[in-house]
Amino acid sequence: MNVSAVMMRIIRQFVRDKRSLALLIMAPVLVLTLIWLVLDGNEYHPTIAVESIPAPLEDRLHDEFNKEILTKTEAEAKEMFEQGKLDAYVSIKDNNPFILLEGSDPTANGAVMQHIQSAFQVTQSNSTDRNLTVEYFYGSENINLFDQVGSVLIGFFVFFFVFILGGISFLRERTQGTLEKLLSTPIKRWQLVTGYIFGFGIFTIIQSLIIVFYSVYVLDIWMAGSVWELLIVTVLLALTALTLAILLSAFAKNEFQIMQFIPLVIIPQVFFSGIFNLDTLAEWIQALSKIMPLTYGAEAMQEIMIKGKGILEIWDNLVVLCMFAFVFFVLNLLALKKHRRL
Amino acid sequence: MSSVIAIQNLEHAFGKERVLKQIDLEIKEGEIFGLLGPSGAGKTTLVKMIVGIMEPDSGVVYVKGEKVPSFNLMKSVGYMAQSDALYQELSAKENLDFLASIYGLNKKERAAAIQEVLRVVDLIEHKNKIVSNFSGGMKRRLSLAASLMHKPTLLILDEPTVGIDPILRQSIWENLRKLKEEGMTILVTTHVMDEAEKCDRLAMLRDGYMIACDTPTNLKREKGVETLEDAFLSFGRSKQ
Repeated sequence: MNVSAVMMRIIRQFVRDKRSLALLIMAPVLVLTLIWLVLDGNEYHPTIAVESIPAPLEDRLHDEFNKEILTKTEAEAKEMFEQGKLDAYVSIKDNNPFILLEGSDPTANGAVMQHIQSAFQVTQSNSTDRNLTVEYFYGSENINLFDQVGSVLIGFFVFFFVFILGGISFLRERTQGTLEKLLSTPIKRWQLVTGYIFGFGIFTIIQSLIIVFYSVYVLDIWMAGSVWELLIVTVLLALTALTLAILLSAFAKNEFQIMQFIPLVIIPQVFFSGIFNLDTLAEWIQALSKIMPLTYGAEAMQEIMIKGKGILEIWDNLVVLCMFAFVFFVLNLLALKKHRRL
Repeated sequence: MSSVIAIQNLEHAFGKERVLKQIDLEIKEGEIFGLLGPSGAGKTTLVKMIVGIMEPDSGVVYVKGEKVPSFNLMKSVGYMAQSDALYQELSAKENLDFLASIYGLNKKERAAAIQEVLRVVDLIEHKNKIVSNFSGGMKRRLSLAASLMHKPTLLILDEPTVGIDPILRQSIWENLRKLKEEGMTILVTTHVMDEAEKCDRLAMLRDGYMIACDTPTNLKREKGVETLEDAFLSFGRSKQ
């Protein structure tokens, strides 16, 4: 009897909470769609450049890559690597084929090597034994999927936990009545939000320190850049997550509804933030990634960790993060206006 | 006596439901003014509008001649909400200290103010206890203390004695009378008739209308009844 009474009560509650019900059904659909979109992308066609290689080999590469092959000098190729416009450079050095891979994206590396090896297998059969030399512009052959994905995951975890904790604690402020009490005092709205940012700021710095140092020194993740510069990125990312969380907490009635934002706000960002190669996807999906803060954070992290770039080379990503945080901050002030005009 | 609160033609609706209809009200300096009405009558909504944390659809609220909301007013108005707006993870002292710093008191003033308000609500020995370990009554008293931190001249209390035992209720009312003697104007909402009896003047609220406003004695006399309860019912009938 008790069991069925409890069961009926839960069913009733759930039916009244239309949003949670919608989440139960729509969220898995959404997430599955995202995975499908990402993993069902077309095969990646790398862009390669060659220099002074035998005509038959060039023809063979052309057939294999099914794409126009550029002719560049090594210096020009390196410049294109910097701009992210080229995946590999093929040439002959000391009578042996020499391949220089861009190196930062295992997917692209794999695609290049697969095509090149099959191209060489055909040509090898009617020529002397060749020694393939492979070098990496960024990283090395030791760079693995974790190194690539890990840099994004660090950003993701910082974002995720700050979002959840910040959202719930501001929600509590609303539900336990302290927000109202606070607004009956001469505190200004911006002071309240800023106080939250600084209060959480301390914890996010500690959190970032631990995650970054653990990844770099314990998990031995590929780290070409400066740890301190990486911390600046994670703190900015946390700031964006916190301001977004406070904003969204205005649309949640309880902790459970905060959790509902995870599949709607957090998970989509993971798919579009660089764990998966987006180059093969439709343009509208790529455009979608442009409105997600994690995209910029993750890109900045990858540039520092894998490519060893400095903070000055990735300032544009940081500016975008700051802009996100600023916009969310202003929206928070407007959302609080609902309670008090001043 | 000059009026501390002046409300003119206040109207408010949540969606289609009109919760406040043509409210005109004046509260004079130094009185304990009661807002009496059943739950759902619009008491809390009205109080929030006086405090300035909710905006009416139309009409204006003046406190001490100044239009609400105003930062200047917030410094001299104390507000105790219906729910205990306390941080459960903090101690009594930490809760008060937090509010006091928002009111701009310095460290010395804060310590003195905390000691003073805790004495008023008789919680001094529980100063360092975490609020989540407080009983319901203690939380209520601490909330009252929190609204007194900045020595307000106008105190607005939303159902201060709800869920509180008779002895404690008595002591809270004694506190209020003492504060009144010190010159404080007090606005208190209640749905309990014997509490309404203790107010200097009273407004009766029903379904968003203010059905009567006078001293408890006059209200009873006007309807020729013995109790406020009968007066309330009688005023309610004549309004319909």
